[in-house]
Amino acid sequence: MTDQGDYTPRDWGSHPPNLSPAYKSTTLRAPGKPLVVLPQSLSERTGPVYGQNYVGPLDNDLTKNAAKTGEPNGERIIVAGQVADEAGRPIPHILLEVWQPNAAGRYQHADDQHDAPLDPNFLGAGRCVTDGDGRYRFITIKPGAYPWPNHYNAWRPNHIHFSLFGPSILTRLVTQMYFPGDPLLELDPIFNGVPEASRQLLVSKLSMELSEPEWALGYEFNIVLRGRTATPMEDGA
Amino acid sequence: MRKRQTPSQTVGPYFAYGLTPEQYGYDYKQLVGNDLSAGDVVGERITIRGQVFDGNGDTVRDAVLELWQADSEGRYVHPEDERGSNTGFAGFGRVGTGTSAEHFYEFQTIKPGATGDNQAPHITVILFMRGLLNHVYTRIYFSDEANDADPVLALVDPTRRKTLIAQRTDGPDGVVYHFDIHMQGDLESVFFDV
Ligand SMILES: [Fe+2]
Repeated sequence: MTDQGDYTPRDWGSHPPNLSPAYKSTTLRAPGKPLVVLPQSLSERTGPVYGQNYVGPLDNDLTKNAAKTGEPNGERIIVAGQVADEAGRPIPHILLEVWQPNAAGRYQHADDQHDAPLDPNFLGAGRCVTDGDGRYRFITIKPGAYPWPNHYNAWRPNHIHFSLFGPSILTRLVTQMYFPGDPLLELDPIFNGVPEASRQLLVSKLSMELSEPEWALGYEFNIVLRGRTATPMEDGA
Repeated sequence: MRKRQTPSQTVGPYFAYGLTPEQYGYDYKQLVGNDLSAGDVVGERITIRGQVFDGNGDTVRDAVLELWQADSEGRYVHPEDERGSNTGFAGFGRVGTGTSAEHFYEFQTIKPGATGDNQAPHITVILFMRGLLNHVYTRIYFSDEANDADPVLALVDPTRRKTLIAQRTDGPDGVVYHFDIHMQGDLESVFFDV
């Protein structure tokens, strides 16, 4: 195998600082001491490989994968995009896991006691795998806003949680996708913990190309993971 | 032009039905759980168990841990490890801290072999939780291995190395390694920038 070099460092100018005091839970959970710089070895350049064989036929359709008696309530949407590295090279055949509240802003989670209805036809969890061009697509219901105890009258903007593997444990990413034009964004300490220049990377775009007429609006959310420092050689090089 | 990395965000408090649904009793098949040693996997069966503590010393009940490790012969199940693994091992597991009374996590796995690059046997831990905006990486080393020459431990302040070493006990439950993670304070675990 050709040596593709190390993975690029985590771009600490793009990620939120772990200690973000406006998000109160960070004060007791952010590491207090500096991280220890670790040279990359095989232990880090490898990672679990989960492909299409780990995804069930309905896993990428959250409107169907937990339906009991019919369609879930809310606005059906399509979320799709491309996963690439920082040089723009698509990252094929990697697993994405997503989870979210229902249209009323309620998570199907025992810890969520928000006084909003559960939906018997919606769990809010799904998975999909990127295709050969790094593209993914899933169908869901637009998630509702929900209150949280961070400060008085605190509400999270609409969001979908994403978890991605990529080719190594160094490309692991857990993040949240937001929706364009949400007035709660400017009030949200989790979103605003991200350096300003990178915040919009977490906001999806309405896409009429992804939308299906008479059926569902589409939102485009492209994701950039850490890449390799060397350019991969073509076959036989 | 290089693109900026998509920023990390916290896993939040409600990851369980997405990431660990079967462990928490949700009706959705999970990708992977806490048993890496099921089936015909070759190697010494071990349990790794511990708790995660916040800056007040309170146990964290909504953390999720992922393990990545080599097989019993020190090989990773990944295309980049050209030696290949033939021990039936996958090397990855995931568990949340929210289903035991005192917020213990537990993995059943096999003891990894040395990877052959002068590092002592070790497991990578990836840790996520509400209130943590970027996942952290740490390592589990083993108290009954020769760790003194390990090049990674050599990078760590000697007074903090013990935070990376799981303590072995042999008891009625078999071989158990105890490994706690402290986010802050005098016992703060070593987390890596890698
Ligand atoms: Fe959320």
